[in-house]
Formats: sequence, structure tokens, C-alpha cells
Amino acid sequence: MDIRELTCIRCPIGCHISVEMEEGKVVNITGNSCPRGAEYAASEVTDPVRTVTSLVRLKGGARPVVSVKTAGNVPKDRMMDVVAALKEVELEAPVHIGDVALRDVAGTGIDVVVTANA
Amino acid sequence: MTDMKKDLVIIGGGPAGLSAAVSASREGAEDILIIERDTRLGGILNQCIHNGFGLHTFKEELTGPEYADRYIRQVEDGKIPYMLDTMVVDLAYDDGSGDKIITAMNAKDGLFTISAKAVILAMGCRERPRGALNIPGFRPSGIYSAGTAQYYVNMEGRMPGRKVVILGSGDIGLIMARRMTYEGAKVLCVAELQPYSGGLKRNIVQCLDDFGIPLLLSHTVVDIKGKKRLEGVTIAEVDENRKPIPGTEVFYECDTLLLSCGLIPENELSGKLGVRMNGVTGGAYVNESLETSVPGVYACGNVLHVHDLVDYVSGEADMAGKNAAAFILGRTGTDDGNVINIKTENGVRYSVPSVVRPALMGNTLTVRFRVGNEYRDKDLAVYLNGKQLMRLPKRVMAPGEMEQIVLVKSKVEEIIAASEAKEHEVVIRVEDKA
Repeated sequence: MDIRELTCIRCPIGCHISVEMEEGKVVNITGNSCPRGAEYAASEVTDPVRTVTSLVRLKGGARPVVSVKTAGNVPKDRMMDVVAALKEVELEAPVHIGDVALRDVAGTGIDVVVTANA
Repeated sequence: MTDMKKDLVIIGGGPAGLSAAVSASREGAEDILIIERDTRLGGILNQCIHNGFGLHTFKEELTGPEYADRYIRQVEDGKIPYMLDTMVVDLAYDDGSGDKIITAMNAKDGLFTISAKAVILAMGCRERPRGALNIPGFRPSGIYSAGTAQYYVNMEGRMPGRKVVILGSGDIGLIMARRMTYEGAKVLCVAELQPYSGGLKRNIVQCLDDFGIPLLLSHTVVDIKGKKRLEGVTIAEVDENRKPIPGTEVFYECDTLLLSCGLIPENELSGKLGVRMNGVTGGAYVNESLETSVPGVYACGNVLHVHDLVDYVSGEADMAGKNAAAFILGRTGTDDGNVINIKTENGVRYSVPSVVRPALMGNTLTVRFRVGNEYRDKDLAVYLNGKQLMRLPKRVMAPGEMEQIVLVKSKVEEIIAASEAKEHEVVIRVEDKA
């Protein structure tokens, strides 16, 4: 049996979770204080994902950049591909929270949306 | 004579000021003014483009600007007046009327004064600068506080440098390690003087571990190389007294050093008003109503004590706004003279509030505090007049993460009723597992 210790990042509490693995399969999860924690731990040991927050260039706004995020999680090992794709994006002011900045970023199936009004 | 009269003036339009304004308005205060020195509301949230805000308040993960927008919209919808680009420069107490006299200035109106029945201090905090850190060496360009670098990158779209060392593992430093990596910089390491990190665990996971950036605990910068531009820093391990250990020095070639070594509540104005200050938090002493030693002056958010989560700032500010509204409307309730002093010891550094008048507390009261060291598998024990109120088993406690307990009024009243005295004591301490 293999035990993986990890810190939950689903919320700021940061529970210390132990995941018992057997032959690559999760058999027991302890230390989480909510179901989201169990879900995170299971996902983190099998298929880790992250929300990416970054910037894109903005034309005609008060500032030259505006903040964006992936509207959902992307695979952890695709984070830098997402960031690289965003370097090619330029939006035109005005933009609003929730506006789509880029569809299907880096082929992940996830959209990138604006997170500030600018 | 002042130029303006207001019931409630809120100094600061960041997360604390916004939440306090919304809550005071909801509780019936009508004549409110928020004074903000920046060009927009939202405070530091505007440059905190990462996510993780709002899980407690809105049950979803928002970025800083999105979280701020939720409150800004409530301020706009409630038509709560605010002044931007306006700096409060003085705060005084009028002994005769009990009014607070605010002196402020901006480019349009010049210098002007406002008298207010109540004031909420919501000025936030600022970063500990290099000058306070005693780092030897020259003063080349390339050394920034982490928040300044965050402003350059996230607000102005400019990179401070390409090869980065970060001193201090506060949250802003950790967040900037990831930001700078995303933007193409190489972050060599994060050095932390203490044997534990000052930041949230999830930031260590997501901002360092994810990118293979080493966190060097018990390490510090002992020399800075470069006269005009930073050329590198020397990092050494420190002993248990935080003194560098000779022979452990390693030179890191870099053009940028970010400092993330703690935040200091920005209380110059509170000092001018003569508010009694707590040397541990750098903020005011407050009672259960978040009222300072000056009647009708409340404090909330990072100006009161540095928080780890904005959700807690909003919650605290909500309470300050509610109590300020009650003060203005003459609804503060009747005190019965009982006072509980909260004493923190054995690993607990401070508490907010530090004094509780049980007759004036709500049905429950959240007391927030921090521990001074990293603790594993310990109990948080709380006593009232020597009687154990609660005992909470804790798997991990760390200085970077705020702790809280909830006092229940009915239980508190039951215990203090057994005492003849009017003065009571709550003790909060770290203890071995029962």
C-alpha cells in the first residue's frame, strides 16, 4: 500500500489529506474536512488540474493589460501552454468581467475569460 | 466649522471599507462617505489577479478584481457616496461634540475638513520595506517589495526582471513566484528566515511546488552584489537564533530580488487620533464591537490586524459597519458593566478583539488570532474564569494562517454569573493533546 500526503488547495483552509493508494487506485482518503477535499485529493493523485490566472494585452484601455482566468480547470501539465497562448491575445477596451478572451485555449476545451472591467 | 458633516466616514475603499459601507447602509446608516486615495475602489484586490478569493463569502472561487467587483456593485447599487483620489491627512477628536474631524485633500477640492459622528478605519496595510530588514550591501536597482513588483506586472504590464530570488515566503512573494514564472522569468528560489513559511500552504503547493521552485527555510540574504543593477545575492543558512551560519553561503546570480517579509498595518492616522495601539498586531486595541479606545471609531481589515483571507476581512468589516450604524442610530444596547479581558499565552500571540463586554456581544462572537510558531497535533484550549470553555484539537497550526474560536453568549453568561466580580478573563492557549 502507498500513502500520498498532500495539502488540499480547494479552499484556503488547506487541509492535510492522506490518500491510501493500492495498485494506482485510491482506496481511502482521510484528513479532508469536506467532500470537495476528497474530490481534490483523488483528482490530484490521478489527474491533477489547475485554474490559470494571467493577463492579456488590452488596446485603448486605461491600462495596457487586463486580467483573465481559465473558466474551468486545465491539466496541470498544460499550464505553461495556456500562458503561452495568452501572450498572442490582444483585446480592445472596453471589456467586462466574464467576456471571453480566448475560446478553447491551447486545445484544452476550456475558455479564458476576463476578470476585470477595463 | 468643518466643510462637510457626515454620519459615517469610512477611510479606505478596499475590501474592508467596501464591506463596512455596505453593511452600515444595510443597517440603516444613511449619511455615509467612503474616502479612497487610489483612482478606483477595490484596494489591493485590483492587483491580486490570482484566484482563491470568496469561497467563504460567495461559495465560489473568484479572482481579486472579481471579488472587489461584487462589493463595488453593492456600493453603486446602494448609491453609497465615495470620493476617489482623495487622501485623508489628519484625524482628530472634538472633545466637545464627540465628533471626529477628518482633514482630507484632493486635486479638485484642495484641503477640506469633515466632521463625522462615527469613523471606520479601513486603511489596510503596507509591506515591510528593505530598510526595515537590515540587508547589507549596496542599493542597486532590481530590489522590489513583492507587492510593488505585482503592481508593475499586473497593472502596468511591465516585468521588473528576468532572473529572480525572493526573500520571505509571505503570500504575495509566493504568488509572485508563479506570476513571474508565467511571464517568462526564472525564479531561482524563495529564502525564508524562519523555519516555517509565512504563507498559506496552498500557495506553497500551487506557486512553488508546481513549478519546482525551492523553498529554503531557515535561510536569508546576507549580501547583495551590484552597484547600479542587482547582479546577485548571497544566501546563507541561519541557526536557531536566526544568525547566518558561516560556510553555508551560496551565491545566486540574479537581476531581481523581491521582498515578501511581512505586512504592517497602516495606522499613522489612528495614531494622530490617539487610538490605543497593540504592539503585537500593529493595529488598534478593539472591543467586541470592533470599536477602538476612541468612542465611535471602529477598525477592521488589515489596518486592525493582518489577515490571511479577504473573506475574513469582509466578515470583520461587515461587523464594524453594523456596529458603527448602531452607534450613529443610538442602538448600541445597554452595558451591564461586566468586562472580559482576553489573555493570549503559550503560543497564541494576540487576539482580536482583546476585550469583550458580554452584554453587548451578539449571540456568538468570533475571536481571531495567530500562533507564533508551527504546531502539530496540539489542542487550542480556551478558559473563562479558569473554567474550560472549549478544547479544539488541531492537526496543524502555523503563523501564516489565522485561527479563530467562537464564543457563545449563553455559555459565557452562565459562567460569569457564578462570579461576584465584574472583571473576567478568557485565556486562549496552545496545549498538549488532552
